[in-house]
Order: sequence, then C-alpha cells, then structure tokens
Amino acid sequence: MKIAVCVKRVPDSETRVKIASDGKSLDEAGVKFILNPYDEFAVEEALRRREHAGAGEVVIVSLGPPAAQETIRTALAMGADRGILLQADRVPADGLEVARALGAELKAGAYDLVLFGKMAIDDYNHQVGPMVAELLDLPCVTAIAHLEIAGGKGTAEREIEGGVEVVEFRLPAVLTTDKGLNEPRYPALKGIMAAKKKPLEVKPTALGAGSLEVLALSPPPQRKDGRVVGEGSAAVPELLRLLRDEAKVL
Amino acid sequence: MTKFQGVDFYDVDGLLSEEERAVRDTVRQWVDDNLMPVIAEHYLAGGFPKHLVPQMAELGLFGANLPEEYGCAGLNNVAYGLIMQELERGDSGVRSFASVQGALVMYPIHAFGSDEQKRHWLPKMASGEVIGCFGLTEPDYGSNPAGMITVARESESGWILNGAKMWITNGSTAQVAIVWAKTGKPDDVESIRGFIVPTDANGFSAQDQKGKLSLRASDTSELVLQDVCVAKDALLPKSGGLKSPLLCLTQARYGIAWGAVGAAMACYDEAVGYAKTRVMFGKPIGGFQLQQARLAEMLTEVTKAQLLCLQLGRLKDQGKVTPQQVSLAKRNNVNIATDIARETRRLLGANGILAEYQAMRHLANLESVYTYEGTHDIHTLILGQEITGLNAFN
Repeated sequence: MKIAVCVKRVPDSETRVKIASDGKSLDEAGVKFILNPYDEFAVEEALRRREHAGAGEVVIVSLGPPAAQETIRTALAMGADRGILLQADRVPADGLEVARALGAELKAGAYDLVLFGKMAIDDYNHQVGPMVAELLDLPCVTAIAHLEIAGGKGTAEREIEGGVEVVEFRLPAVLTTDKGLNEPRYPALKGIMAAKKKPLEVKPTALGAGSLEVLALSPPPQRKDGRVVGEGSAAVPELLRLLRDEAKVL
Repeated sequence: MTKFQGVDFYDVDGLLSEEERAVRDTVRQWVDDNLMPVIAEHYLAGGFPKHLVPQMAELGLFGANLPEEYGCAGLNNVAYGLIMQELERGDSGVRSFASVQGALVMYPIHAFGSDEQKRHWLPKMASGEVIGCFGLTEPDYGSNPAGMITVARESESGWILNGAKMWITNGSTAQVAIVWAKTGKPDDVESIRGFIVPTDANGFSAQDQKGKLSLRASDTSELVLQDVCVAKDALLPKSGGLKSPLLCLTQARYGIAWGAVGAAMACYDEAVGYAKTRVMFGKPIGGFQLQQARLAEMLTEVTKAQLLCLQLGRLKDQGKVTPQQVSLAKRNNVNIATDIARETRRLLGANGILAEYQAMRHLANLESVYTYEGTHDIHTLILGQEITGLNAFN
C-alpha cells in the first residue's frame, strides 16, 4: 500500500508567540517549530499500516518554507520512507490554495491512502484534508479515532457528540486523524540518523493569491484577576449571587 | 504535565545541528512523558525504574556514540552529551545508568575488546538485553585506583579473579561486569587489565549498598570476587595499565559534565516557575531582590556551563579533547549544578524539601556526582598538575 501523509510545520504549542510588526503575522524569531501534533497520528497510522502489511511506502508531503524540510525529517525519523516539500515562501491563509497545490502533487502519486491530521494547531481550520479529497474526487472521512482496512475497503470510527459514528469507504480515500487513533512513536536516535539519508525532494511551488486575507492578529484580552468572595459555607450565598447576577451562568 | 522548555539564554540551540536538536528533543520528550511521572516514587522507594530500560534501548540511548554496525546509534559526541543532559534533567541516577552502560561497559569493550567480544556483547547491550557494570573502585582505593588489590592470575584454563569492588552502579542488576585487576605484582600498575566477567560466575556476588541518601533511584553495590574463574577470552586484549580504565572514566566524565547541566536547568526552571507564582508579602517572591540575585546567578552559571560543554563536545568530535579539559568541565559543571540545586531548594522555602519538587532530589544526587568519577578535589589536582607540571597527588 502506498500512503501519503500530509504534514504541516507549526509553532510549538508551548511556545510564546509574538505578533510581528506588520500586525498580521507571527514573529518567528525564537519560536520553536514542530510537526503538527495531529499529523503525528497520521504518520504513526501510516507506519503501522506499512509494518502490518510488511510492504508499502509512506511518503511525507508538506507545503511550506525551506525550514519545513526539518518537519518532514521528523516524520522520516519516525520511519517514513521519503519526503516531498512543495516549497513556497509562505503558507497562504486560504486553505484552498494549499489544497490545490497538494492535490496536484498527490494526484500524480497514485496513493491508496492519503492521511492528514484533522487540523493544524496554528490556524485550527480543519479544511485542507476535505478540500484535497474533493479536488481529487475521493471519499473522505474526517477526525477518525479508529481505522480498519481490508480488501480495498476501509472502516473508520469517528467520535461524535454522544456516540461513535462508523463509516465505511472504498480506497483510495482521504482520511484525517484525531487524537485516540494511536500513540505516536518517538523518533528514535537511529531513525534521526537514518532520516538524513532518506530522499527529500524539494519542488518550488507557485501558489495562487487565494480569496482570503488576514487583516489583523491580536492577542486575547488579558484575563482579569480572580476574586476571593469569602471562606467556607459563609461564602456560598455571595458566590451564588455573583454567579447569577454578574457571571450570569446560573 | 507541562513540557520542559529548556534554558537557552544565549541561543546555544543555534550552535546545534538539526540532528543534535532532534536527538535532544526526543530524549527531552521521553523524559517528560515517562520518567518525570514516576521518578519521585522510585527515588523514595530506593530503586531504579527498571521498567524504563526497554524504552531507553528502543530509543537508542545506550552507547549512542558507538558505531551503527554494533546496533548503536552512531551519534556524534555533542548529541551523546545532549542525551546525558536530558536524562539528568530527569534524574542523576537514570543518567548514571546510561553512563555506566555506554561509557563504562560498552566503551571499553569497543576500545579494548576483540572483534569477537565486540560482536558478541555490544548489540546485546545496545538493545538492553544485557546490562553491565564497571568495577574499578575498591573499598580502600577510591581516588587512588593504582593501589587496587584485586588480582587476576592466569591458569591453564583461563583467569582466576580475587578481590572486592565498591560503589558499583548497576552492580546487582548487571549480567556482566567489567572488572579491573592486577595481573602482576601488587605495585605493578602497568599490569592492570580489564576482564569481562559474567555476574553469574561461581564466586561472584553483588550486594546492594543500603542506606543511601543520594542517587536513591540507582542501584549501587559492592562486588565480591572469590576465586572467580573466567575463560581466557574474558580478557580485554587491548587493555593495559591504569590508563585503560582512566580512558573509560574520561568518557563517563564527559557525559557527567553534560548531565550536570541538565540537573542545573531542571532546578533553575523550577526556581523561576516558583518565584513567579509564589506570593508572599503581597507579591510574587520573584519580585524581591534577594530572589532575583539568586536567579541571575543561576542563569549565568547555567549558560556558562552550556557553552563549556558544547565546545568540549566539538573538540571531542574533532579528536582534540584532552582529559584535563574534561576534568575542567566535570569539576565546574557539577559544582555549579550543586550550588544551583541548593539555591533552588532554599528559594522554594519549606516546599523545597518535598519530593514533589525536584530541587532537593537533584541536590542530594549531585552530592554523589560531585564525589564520583573523580572527586571535585581530584579534578582540582589534575588541573593543578596540568598548569604547573607539578604533581600534588602525593
């Protein structure tokens, strides 16, 4: 089975981001970038499929700046076979532009399965996976937490409000992965050394302008200090009053 | 559990290669996920977290700077140092385990062993299937290993070893011990050779040393060898003289210099977090000059120690490092790490004595690290001799 995993380079969730002087992008100085955590589930799942089958190929595809090679190599260190970077100066805000570029690359690859993380933790858009599926005219199941594949067909489970949805689909297909699907492995030290020698193709990619533009970024408002309304049972009436009248949650 | 972010005031990260950072990040995350949640309980219970050994092997942490042909990761020495740093950020005992396995057992087999010994032992040790220990120090010969009284006599069928070794990390866990013994007269230092001794050999016994108030998450034992017979091929053929075990110690001390930075970073990080959130007299204690002085001092020393290690590692990778340079780094870094742990313990007030926090555990550990692998004082004399050309050891 030939599996493509599309990954994104994103700021570490623990990093303190600063808004750049243009007021609409992030200041990347001193920011640590990582493989998008939801994409780790996709990489892990692809590796498990390949290991289970004892054959196949896992190809990592990313769109981004030259530094995204490092992100691809993280996935290669986990065990993927090769990487492709669609190199662009910037990742456009419009997910459709990203999907078009990825779609064109994936179409040529004849993959049995295309995996994405369900979303990237920088823009929270959940868009690119389903858009690629649409562009390639392939079935798509999003946010899967369980997967089985046999005989050219797959069954995926999605955790939905109050239950589990079971979806059957035919291959090839596009899937986006959610937490709970698996426990991603660490890139072992030998894997890190091996990743240097694995093929990583860099393809300069021209992107359309897209129809979305970020006008401004602003940090969330500072939270006000908390207030201690009293201690023990004596505080309860005042607490209830505040929850009712001020917070209006009761 | 929050992820450890490291301490990097001088963009030392920018001096590391992508692979070096990737190795560091993998070990850092593994420590956060697997070691930090259990270290306090193992420390209190007084035992090494053995269940972590297969994971450590899987990651490739054992003998990581030895060649790939023996199942090792083949990393450079900077990446190896970063592994030690991250392990000791968790606990000195866990770093000690990896140091002994890699630098004191796998290294001598690689450096002084025959091809057959290397092919037999190294892959099994890289995979964690075989755990090793290193027997040099004796009850009466610590800083002066040349005086050792353990002897090996050649017999028709092999070698017969007699003697005792003390303060042996992994001693009761190990399946194999590298034992250093004199093959000649009691004063013949040149006759010191290394032997690969299976710990299940007749006459070999290991007894855990009880009552430790430091390195509690590490097994430390006394080894007794009473007419232990081993085959001829137990001898490390290329070992000869005291310089052989000292070469091993240089490897281990190199890792310790890095490890101490990890412990220091853990404490500094804890101190900063506590200083910013602990409120006293109406404001965070970090707002008081006394605590700021503490923190400024810690950050300065951590940063200096990081740069010391990095250049030491680069020299080692270029094959230019001297044992005296390693001594300087071990001496300085363990010393400042101990000071930082103590200052963090104090900054944390009463909370600082709890196992829930890291500082006092690191402080207690570092008192051992200060003393083992060449005491602080011995490294002072090594440097003194290097500077003056005069021997002040005796």
